[in-house]
Amino acid sequence: MTEIRMEAAYIPSEDVVAREIEGELIIVPLAAGIGDLEDELYTLNETGKDLWARLDGKSTLQEIARGLAEEYEAPPGEIEEDVRGLVQELVRRRMLVEASGR
Amino acid sequence: MTGGRDFVVRGKLDRWNLRSGRKPLLDRLDVELTERCDSDCIHCYINLPAGDPRARSRELSTREWMRIFREAAELGALTIRMTGGEPLLRDDFAELYLYARRLGLKVLLFTNARRITPELADLLARVPPLERVEVTVYGMREETYEAVTRVPGSYAGFRRGVALLLERKVPFVVKGAILPSNRGELDEFEAWAATIPWMERSPSCSMFFDLRARRDSEEKNRRIAALRLSPEEGVAFFARKPESYRREMARFCARFTGPPGDQLFACGAGRSGCVDAYGAFQPCMLVRHPGVAYDLKGGSLREALGEVFPRLRERHSVNPEYLARCARCFLKDLCEQCPGKSWAEHGTLDTPVEYLCRVAHAQARYLGLLAEGERAWEVENGAERAGRILAEVESS
Repeated sequence: MTEIRMEAAYIPSEDVVAREIEGELIIVPLAAGIGDLEDELYTLNETGKDLWARLDGKSTLQEIARGLAEEYEAPPGEIEEDVRGLVQELVRRRMLVEASGR
Repeated sequence: MTGGRDFVVRGKLDRWNLRSGRKPLLDRLDVELTERCDSDCIHCYINLPAGDPRARSRELSTREWMRIFREAAELGALTIRMTGGEPLLRDDFAELYLYARRLGLKVLLFTNARRITPELADLLARVPPLERVEVTVYGMREETYEAVTRVPGSYAGFRRGVALLLERKVPFVVKGAILPSNRGELDEFEAWAATIPWMERSPSCSMFFDLRARRDSEEKNRRIAALRLSPEEGVAFFARKPESYRREMARFCARFTGPPGDQLFACGAGRSGCVDAYGAFQPCMLVRHPGVAYDLKGGSLREALGEVFPRLRERHSVNPEYLARCARCFLKDLCEQCPGKSWAEHGTLDTPVEYLCRVAHAQARYLGLLAEGERAWEVENGAERAGRILAEVESS
């Protein structure tokens, strides 16, 4: 299991290109080994897209989660869990890296 | 936030299936990086000599191609198809390829594989194109291959290129062209193709060759026409596996929606398009009628796709022969007649191409859609016939 640090900042990996087409966020692998198949692309759902836009390599996940909790008027604990889950998945797929480790 | 866990949706996202259901102005762009080729195939509709100085000097520069790729990406294109001529003849191919990939475009590369170097194979392995490379094969041995390409050493080059793709595990598929020298090798070709890990079906083969798209040589056109399979030979090729051919075609024909009417561009031409080596944006790869091409050197993909091509798609045929035949023909979906083919054959957009008409009729007779001597444009119950064929196939 990939360890995610909520006090760290994350940023999109240079191994992918993120594009927005007709309002949809599409993550296109650039380097080999991102997808399981050779021609796969990825999209993020609305939740994922909202988080992705805030991953600037400066804001920590805690700060991002706080901002989202305010915007969504949702319990901070629940939002933090969502953020952790998504970031974990994106890091596992090499789409996201910790900013200091870039 | 939803609390859900399906944040990332993985899949073979292509030009048709954005989740929103919306379509961008451009979903895929064809680019013909050069008309020059290192083969000299007689049957080719476009090739010019590899060193053709005039062609080379007129080709778009690296910077001009990059501008076009950038605009394609901005308009929403997911895939760019790089073809030619032989696209790998461009010295800047690797640069253009990387540029397109860094824009987040998938690249579909058409090549004869002869100029795949270890360095290029490494690049394709490191930065995968995300579309299977398509390699055209002209023969299974030196004498048959080079009887088509007419370039000594080309067979060895093709084998080297394919070996590199296999070694670096760059996904590719192969396709063929049925010509007199290689007709006897079809089974061998298919057996070899089946050993390629990324081949999911038998290789496609071209056989009803197009005439010269630039209409640049009567002599070449005569030679291309002589290499075409007869309609009956074509049907015999399709029907080598009769059951699967009948089943597949019955399902295809059952989707016929009736005669196309007088609209010229009843196909997808103009919804996307092809940029030729010199910056002319055409509604499709084949139609090079000067009246339908748009000069990108003084314009944009957006203007062509948003304003010029839609007007083109509204054009109707005025040719009485076309209106009497093609416009009323229920085999339109089985027939390759289109403005591009009409242009190559006759220099117009709407003249029936007899050869294609005969091919479609031969297929229809084989499938039981037409009786001997019937002309498809005189048939009133085409959809009913197609439904009957499908029912027969399904029940058997």
